[in-house]
Amino acid sequence: MIFASTLLPIDVTFGVIVYWLLLGLAGLLLQNTRAITQYIFPAGALGALILAAAALGSLGGAVNVAVLPLGLPDLPFHLRLDALSAFFLLLLGAASIGISLYSAGYFRDMPGNTLGLLCFEYHVFLASMALVLMADDAYMFMVAWETMALSSYFLVTTDHKVPEIRQAGFIYLLVAHVGAIAILMCFGVMQGGHGDYTFATMRSAHLTEFWSSVTFLLALFGFGAKAGILPLHIWLPEAHPAAPSPVSALMSGIMLKTAIYGILRVSLDLLDAHIWWWGVLALTLGLITALFGVIFAAVQTDMKRLLAYSSIENIGIILVGIGLALTFHAFEKDALAALALTATLYHALNHAFMKGLLFIGTGSVLHATGERNLGKLGGLIHHMPKLALLMLVGALAIAGLPPLNGFVSEWLLLQAFLLSPGLPHSYLNMLIPVAAAALVLASALSGYVMVKFYGVIFLGQPREKTLHEAHDIGIFERLGLTWLALGCILLGVFPVFVILLIDPVTQMLLGQTLGSTAAQTGWLLLTPIQPERASYSPLILFLIIVVGVIFTIFLVKKFYHGRLRRGPAWDCGFPEQTARMQDTAEGFGQPIRQIFEPFLGVTRIVPSPFDKKPHYHGESRDRLWNLLYLPIARVTEKISVMVGKLQHGRIHVYLLYSFVTLLALLAFIR
Amino acid sequence: MNGILLQLFQDTLVVLIAPLLLGWVNQCRAWLQNRSGPGVLRPYLNMVKLFHKDAVLAHNASPMFRFHPYILFACMWLAASLVPVIATDLPLSPAVDVIALVGIFALARVFVSLAAMDIGTSFGTLGARREMLVGFLAEPALLMVFFTAAAISHSTSLTTIVETLAHKQFIIHPSLAFAAVAFIMVLLAENARIPVDNPSTHLELTMIHEAMILEYSARHLALIEWASALKLLAFTTIGFALFMPWGIAEAGNWGALPLALAALFIKLTVAGAGLALLETISAKMRIFRVPEFMGTAFLLAVLGLLVHFLHGN
Repeated sequence: MIFASTLLPIDVTFGVIVYWLLLGLAGLLLQNTRAITQYIFPAGALGALILAAAALGSLGGAVNVAVLPLGLPDLPFHLRLDALSAFFLLLLGAASIGISLYSAGYFRDMPGNTLGLLCFEYHVFLASMALVLMADDAYMFMVAWETMALSSYFLVTTDHKVPEIRQAGFIYLLVAHVGAIAILMCFGVMQGGHGDYTFATMRSAHLTEFWSSVTFLLALFGFGAKAGILPLHIWLPEAHPAAPSPVSALMSGIMLKTAIYGILRVSLDLLDAHIWWWGVLALTLGLITALFGVIFAAVQTDMKRLLAYSSIENIGIILVGIGLALTFHAFEKDALAALALTATLYHALNHAFMKGLLFIGTGSVLHATGERNLGKLGGLIHHMPKLALLMLVGALAIAGLPPLNGFVSEWLLLQAFLLSPGLPHSYLNMLIPVAAAALVLASALSGYVMVKFYGVIFLGQPREKTLHEAHDIGIFERLGLTWLALGCILLGVFPVFVILLIDPVTQMLLGQTLGSTAAQTGWLLLTPIQPERASYSPLILFLIIVVGVIFTIFLVKKFYHGRLRRGPAWDCGFPEQTARMQDTAEGFGQPIRQIFEPFLGVTRIVPSPFDKKPHYHGESRDRLWNLLYLPIARVTEKISVMVGKLQHGRIHVYLLYSFVTLLALLAFIR
Repeated sequence: MNGILLQLFQDTLVVLIAPLLLGWVNQCRAWLQNRSGPGVLRPYLNMVKLFHKDAVLAHNASPMFRFHPYILFACMWLAASLVPVIATDLPLSPAVDVIALVGIFALARVFVSLAAMDIGTSFGTLGARREMLVGFLAEPALLMVFFTAAAISHSTSLTTIVETLAHKQFIIHPSLAFAAVAFIMVLLAENARIPVDNPSTHLELTMIHEAMILEYSARHLALIEWASALKLLAFTTIGFALFMPWGIAEAGNWGALPLALAALFIKLTVAGAGLALLETISAKMRIFRVPEFMGTAFLLAVLGLLVHFLHGN
């Protein structure tokens, strides 16, 4: 099947997976820093490019299937490349081009043996994500899913000598496995007693409403654990900062999306039931997640933790879109569902680019300064101007500002919200405007977060002396960052083309597309419904702002004498300005902390006026730790103590257990 | 062709009359406070003065600081030229709907805040932080106001909204009443007016907008002041478009243009006086009362939207 006479897209994508595995092995064997950074990572990026091209080519084409003669006897691996897989493979390929290129520059100082291992894990991670997206039976899916979890666990714990990182890795592994169990059970329910675990069987098995809902809840739980949906988000702000920056970029930009893929695959493809409360549940969870993520992002002082919380927010927004799509789908308003789903997929793609860009950018800051704490950075725009410019694109994009990409997907989502009235359910009609308000609040707060993130790192005066020695980025780093930043701009400026790309996916899942309506007045104008209802053209907006800026500069140049002096800062006449007088990250987040104080668990140590060495310390903790996780841990401990009582270490007691079990089984099964 | 002419005319009009509105509001305020006032042309004279001075930049100002006034000015100019001020058939209108308009305001705000943080003075960062605090609540409130209007007219395009609302003037929309109150609160906050901010003081305890632009001088400052005037004009005309759309000429109706222009000036005169009155009778709030104020605006706007759906069902 694989070596068919003509080369099918699935052959190419599977070829890339094999190629990545080989590259990983080569890195493991070589253990040479120069070879790995200069050849293997760029070669990996080439693989990603081929993967993205193949996925792009197969979008809208026929569904490809393949059976691999691997796996257990009578249980071969099934692969399938349909529109949904192709879209997410495109996301994986396109974003990892930038991240792999960047890695080639980023890891240049790492010792060869560590880097060899990391290179292996990195490429296994990429390959396993691609396999998750192509799997067509539960067995293959779970194997790939677990490989993904394990390889990323080892990547997270690259710096395993630091206790916090080991702990972060442990939490990640724990949550990943709790989630995996739920996914396994979800597949177990879906096979419906046939004993056949291919997705094709699951599609044809028509479950009752009750069992469908059980499956959906299990999937939401299992994939939610991977995506970081509240309350299963706790691993995310621990694991993402712990990992090396390119790995954080992969995890946040791409791995979280495999969970979104899973939710979509199960709820719209495998189950495809019309149950409206699924959508409402996803919508509510999504809103809570988005608001939670963004509020916590606003009070962070570690730049990578801040981005991790921002990822939680974006996953929330994506889940809101899924919720809307499911609700519309349940009421058979598939055209609207297509709009919501398009917004969701668009946002997923956008987030891969923006978060990838920002995470690898923090890697460069970390490399140049050795500092992750926002309170010790500042003024880097003077020493790292190229990085500052590229990061500005990412920060503006993730803040959801026009004409960049974050805005387009939020715009589409808001349009979907505005169209929601007319659902045959009056409570829902009331709920949805409130949901739109909450979503808008979250996206406005993300602007706050990004001003803080960008302003504290790149602007102002350097808060430490050492920052003056910061050097700008190298060629590979620049290439990787530029690729992702260009993606942010192009995805933002040409939305109609992106929507046409997403069309096959909505066609497959909902039988409706947005593209023909969106492009009804040409590619310049995005019109999701009718032109007089709503239209948006980022390219025109962008050009007008550019023309406006150039025109103003021209006029000012023409009429103004242009004299310019440099002097000390004015600051209302206060002469002794120091870098310590600027807002730190804590200071900048203070209003948010004050407003949401009851919601955040804030501990603060304020020095007394008589302290010789005053030291302020403030920390905002996640209350869910105390409210949810510690009780669960305590209950688990109690249960394990009780179970421990069964263990005496005496062989006859164990034999008795076996005997009782046997009797019980005989009684039940006969 | 006519549409493009109209667009160019409006672009020129808004950029020229924006400082006049600011001058008028200041003059009215002076009269209400029993002062003789600086005259309505003061903002123009100020700008002429500023354009004659040498610009001073702090030693560590980055390109962000120097570019920001131009970006801000372009954004505000774009915003003001998108609103149907005298006629609805603006050729630019399909490119930017109300959600994108809010996005443009947000873009400008983010740039203002970033530029304020660029020099790294205590006042600059303080202003940036406060501006973002006001902004993160004002932005959703404004969007909710727009959503109410959009829900009534089934469109997020500002021209369609105006055309629908102008025809429905005799039907009372209770939802619009909520939206109008919320909108006025947002207008006050977004334009750094009392009670949220005080445009005429440099008191460190209270200032927001002024704190952010302390380091600017000469042409940069002139552009920022002009942009603020454009922003005030944009907000005022958005208010007209949503709540008093009378007199705005509809598509193709060229004969109505002079009348529309007259209506615009009458409305601006009344609104400017009203704004001055509102500012005179209210007191500046503590900064931590601002979230409550903006929260109220946000809730009112959401309530307006809910009322619309209740009413509609």
